Amino acid sequence: MTHQIWLYLAVMAAVCYAIRVLPLTLLRKQIRNRFLRSFLYYVPYVTLSVMTFPAIIEATRTPIAGGAALGLGILLAWMGAGLFPVAVSCCAVVFLLEWFLVSA
Amino acid sequence: MRVLDKHRIALANGARDGVPIGLGYFAVAFSLGIAARNAGLTAVQGFFLSFFGMASAGEYAALTVIAANASYLEMALVTLIANARYLLMSFALSQRMSPTTPLRHRLLVGYSITDELFGIAVAQPKPLDPWYSYGSYLVAIPCWAAGTAVGVIAGNLLPGRVVSALSVALFGMFIAVVVPPAKQDKIVGLFALLSFGASFAASRLLPMLSGGTRTILLTLVLSGLAAALFPIPGDTQKEVET
Repeated sequence: MTHQIWLYLAVMAAVCYAIRVLPLTLLRKQIRNRFLRSFLYYVPYVTLSVMTFPAIIEATRTPIAGGAALGLGILLAWMGAGLFPVAVSCCAVVFLLEWFLVSA
Repeated sequence: MRVLDKHRIALANGARDGVPIGLGYFAVAFSLGIAARNAGLTAVQGFFLSFFGMASAGEYAALTVIAANASYLEMALVTLIANARYLLMSFALSQRMSPTTPLRHRLLVGYSITDELFGIAVAQPKPLDPWYSYGSYLVAIPCWAAGTAVGVIAGNLLPGRVVSALSVALFGMFIAVVVPPAKQDKIVGLFALLSFGASFAASRLLPMLSGGTRTILLTLVLSGLAAALFPIPGDTQKEVET
């Protein structure tokens, strides 16, 4: 049996939306439980860190460029740079390094 | 009037922070578009895949289901697993919103919880102004959806070195979200480093786990560990303002 691409997309869309919206709509109160509150406080930072490394050194064509972007990004953010300057600097350092390290 | 002004500023701030996300999204969505074309999607279908999916790993997973001509049930399960981390993010975001935030705002903000858009939302002072999220969505979502459609049509047009450079924009933003709170709260910094190490170790030792599964498992384990060992103070909300 062949499946309809639009039906596939509809199923995916429904599941995606339910996952994202149910906690936000069902949980209106502030959580009192200290463990749960602590857990949710740490979740974003752990998630973002897990997703950043080692993915950043695998996203570039040489891990050196990705590693340099990671180092520069941490340094600039530590010094107080915002989202956009940090992101652009990371792109720039990858572009420059790969210009020299990777042929064409 | 002053409330409107506040929302307008939030909208503008969100749009500004959405620009680097949109740039990175466009590059990633472009390569996703190539995969979508291989799975037999048209440019319009690619556009809606991304418009409704709003997740790189989740959409790749969905494309493998389509390419395999698997069942709709399988599509639902794969989508659930590949996107399960957004459930956690939605829980976390529910704690960032004012309890009085109306349902319509919750339905709209929830629609586009992604790694990046969630990342900048939690970097906002509490309570989260939904209009900040809308500003970022208005920039980032069209880039993501259009990038996929263009990828379906144009294939390998963008030079590889440009794709490579743009692909780290997303990670640059993650870094910029994590570092300021890590500077103020040593425990956050410690667990950010532990997350780097654990993620690296898991990617090498357990290569059969997909990136999404690895993210879910490590988030549950490390955040649970942090919460058990270093619970945040009971009464005063420990929040890092950026």
